[in-house]
Amino acid sequence: MRRSYRRLLGALLGVSLGAAMVAAMPSPAQAVEIEYWQYTFKQRVDTMDELIKQFQAANPDITVKHVNVPYDNYRTRIAAAIPAGEGPDVTQLFYGWLGDYIHAGLLQPLPTPAFDTAAIDRDFFPFVQGMKVDGKYYALPTAVRSLALFWNRKLFKDAGLDPDKPPATLDELVDFARKTTKRDSAGNLITAGIALDTGGQDIPWIREGLIREFGGTPYSADGKKVAFASPAGTAAVQWYVDLITKEKVSELGFLTDGVTAFRSGKAAMTIDGSFRLGALDGQRGLDYGVAELPSRNGIHSNYASYWVNGITSKAKGEKLAAAAKFLAFVTTPAAMQLWMEKVGELPARVAVAKTDAVANHPKYGPFVRGLSTAVATDFVDESAQRKVMMDMIDRVLLKQTPVAESLAIASTEEQKVLDTRK
Amino acid sequence: MSTWLSRQTLARKQAVWAWIFLAVPIVYFTAVRFWPAVDAFSLSLSRWNLVGPRHFVGLENYRHLAADPVFWQVLGNTFEYLALGLPISLFLAFVIAYQLDRVRTGQGVLRALYFLPHLTTATAMAWVWRWFYQPAPVGLFNGWLSLFGIAQQPFLRSTAQALPAVLVPAIWAALGFQVVIFLAGLKAIPRSYYEAAEIDGAGSWQILREITLPLLLPSFVFLFITTSIGLLRIFDLVYNITAGGEGGPLNATKPLVLSIYQSAFARMDMGTASAQTVILFVILLAISLLQMRLLRQR
Amino acid sequence: MKIVRPGRVIGFTLLALGGIVMIMPLLFMLVTSLKSNSEIYELHVLPREPTLGNYIEILTHSHFARWFLVSFVVAAVSTVSVLFFDSLIGYTLAKFRFRGSGVVFVAILSTLMIPTEMLVIPWYVMAKSMGWLDSIWGIMFPGMMTGFGVFLMRQFFAGVPDELLDAARIDGLGEFEIFWKVALPLVTPALSALAIFAFLGNWTAFLWPLIVTTSPNLYTVPVGLASLSGEFQTDWEMIMTGSSIATIPTLLVFILLQRNIVNGITLSGLKG
Repeated sequence: MRRSYRRLLGALLGVSLGAAMVAAMPSPAQAVEIEYWQYTFKQRVDTMDELIKQFQAANPDITVKHVNVPYDNYRTRIAAAIPAGEGPDVTQLFYGWLGDYIHAGLLQPLPTPAFDTAAIDRDFFPFVQGMKVDGKYYALPTAVRSLALFWNRKLFKDAGLDPDKPPATLDELVDFARKTTKRDSAGNLITAGIALDTGGQDIPWIREGLIREFGGTPYSADGKKVAFASPAGTAAVQWYVDLITKEKVSELGFLTDGVTAFRSGKAAMTIDGSFRLGALDGQRGLDYGVAELPSRNGIHSNYASYWVNGITSKAKGEKLAAAAKFLAFVTTPAAMQLWMEKVGELPARVAVAKTDAVANHPKYGPFVRGLSTAVATDFVDESAQRKVMMDMIDRVLLKQTPVAESLAIASTEEQKVLDTRK
Repeated sequence: MSTWLSRQTLARKQAVWAWIFLAVPIVYFTAVRFWPAVDAFSLSLSRWNLVGPRHFVGLENYRHLAADPVFWQVLGNTFEYLALGLPISLFLAFVIAYQLDRVRTGQGVLRALYFLPHLTTATAMAWVWRWFYQPAPVGLFNGWLSLFGIAQQPFLRSTAQALPAVLVPAIWAALGFQVVIFLAGLKAIPRSYYEAAEIDGAGSWQILREITLPLLLPSFVFLFITTSIGLLRIFDLVYNITAGGEGGPLNATKPLVLSIYQSAFARMDMGTASAQTVILFVILLAISLLQMRLLRQR
Repeated sequence: MKIVRPGRVIGFTLLALGGIVMIMPLLFMLVTSLKSNSEIYELHVLPREPTLGNYIEILTHSHFARWFLVSFVVAAVSTVSVLFFDSLIGYTLAKFRFRGSGVVFVAILSTLMIPTEMLVIPWYVMAKSMGWLDSIWGIMFPGMMTGFGVFLMRQFFAGVPDELLDAARIDGLGEFEIFWKVALPLVTPALSALAIFAFLGNWTAFLWPLIVTTSPNLYTVPVGLASLSGEFQTDWEMIMTGSSIATIPTLLVFILLQRNIVNGITLSGLKG
């Protein structure tokens, strides 16, 4: 017995020491090295690698170290690096986190001669002005996103609908969803007319899409007050929950999440973003189309979101100059064009997005058209605000709270979040 | 030194050797564990967003938590995980280990079956369980229920059922660990004790009560405490199994560590995160000391 | 001569049934990993056309071999360290009578009570000041000794009879020799259990390896797997495949070591 454990210890030690030597890794020293961080997403990583290669060829004195972090853990990773003074010189962040990051002293304003405020105001989509604080831009996007309706052509045809005619209005959406929903003899849902998922894109769709299309507005004009607890807000949310409770064309959590349901051809429609195109195109046997979000009474409203790149306060001197050069490079029209072709996200400069080739593209077109009526929510705490709305829907569905009452509770909760704005 | 040591009394010698053996570990634990813990205690009295200076705020973080109804709900959930999970998992683990110990054929394979769930990652398993909890005809459990004509259950989509539904995979995953510890404990009981008892004509129930259970006490103490700690620190599974990692629906499954995680990394509010850590620490320490006292070797 | 008792037969049957129930989620994982992405969401459980495509995809399009190596080094080195130190500490706390032993024990036990999520930031600061960031030693330094293992070993050493150790002292063995040559072999079952748990714990560790590494060639298996699923991406068949592969080494370690737990020891028992 004694011999066997000793032998085990010996063997483990030997193998591991050998392997440890293999695992040592050097890193070359350069004139100026800046670090760029973004989350892991194959197309993004590959495209950024390509941009970095181009950038380094044009600027031989600068090296960009490209670090990827798994998406779910991006904020955690940044949070751990900051107190140690480690981390990126140029970092990617979700636009809704900007307030947090500036307040935390994490970002510095983009240097003005290189980044002219007036030119950015003019060239980028208007909602990008959310990146401007006290007249100074802190971050810029390469690409932007909006929402659209995805529909499954095969399921439309099976239900006797025209496979090339997606719903244009909310009423049509309900009608088409009813026709495509399938249940088995016991009444169990087999195919959802529309996949709903409050953990996905439904919350922004309700907030910036539905509420506005029903004639309401989610927040006051200055963004300081919650305004969705209104008759219009109630009607919009009622319409949404009716899909589940009254029309019975969907269930929350059906096939674990909305994308999974749509990908597997078990949902006729879903609301999702342009970032989904890549995953759906890789799905064999799925024939789908993309259309602008359905309107109501002629009102179109959409939600825009984007990831931006900012320069951290850590970058100083020649690193700051290099970081600024790099940031300018990844927001050029050429970089945006490449980004759209490779990643499938829409260019953040109006002139690049609104070319005929893009606007008439069968899949990018609806998203680009959506951008012109899109609003980017002015978040104080994106995750907390999303949670408030998810709970609002859950109260109605699980606790049978009347919609108006649930909205009133959500309004109080979210106002508390807004009041923490620094 | 050895001559000095040889002149000491036996008790002194023992103490000297003890501290020699403990010297390196104490340095290590102080640097890697105690210092961060002390840091968390001091942070709980401060406001800090990871950058810039820390501001001393006294007990404000604690007051803020006490006034937050979600915090009390989270604390309640955490205790619910413990109150349900501890007796169920230890009972199951003991019965399984006890039976495994008596099985002669195929013991190795059976043991592996029970241990396998402990080997896999929480992310993958959370998805599988979510799939099992689906409504019929997709979900396995609802499929079974409908076979017996029982009404469909919402499981994860219910504020009442969600917590037990999350707890089941947690117990399932930890069972292998507990069974192995119990088995190691059972195997350490000398066969001769049993043989002597059998010669004395003791029944198997009597042997269980008078020999097995008392001799298994150290394993029980160990498992009571580690299982309690595991359940009170439940996080991964809840994060992966609930929509958006939020511990929903309506906070019904959110445990303390998920709340700590959100405070620290989603809101960068290290003060509140640390205050909750201190609360968790105090609860765990109290429960562990209580269990050690109650189960003290008699 | 053995008599087959009905109680045992029932016990065995229930145990076997329970075992099958236990691995159902794992079978589901395995089966899903054999499905192509157009079939994964079909409602039938078994794949119509089982494929190893996902495995080939993962093994060729990611640095899986590299992640495996890193994970193995981390888990193996940590396990060796944990086995040595935790048993030495556990032995000392169980078998030496000295002032302060209770305090040391509770202090070490209390390290189990701080969630890892709150430790990573101080660890990161420490790793940076020591120059351990983005290195293999940086990944493993927090796991070289564990409160868990100390507790486990202390419980099992408590059952080793003092008389045996005293006899060894009379024979003139040094204190370390007594630990190494007399006491340690008596707790082989616990040591094997600890080896399994230490290996497993390091193999599946996620948060800290994620935070301390920046180079993809230092990813451990769980970190690498997480990097496969991006924003809004739910390629579950890939996650199932990766998890299936990741389970293999831990299973091997378990099979290798479990025999020691089972064979047990005949010399001594755990004393209550």
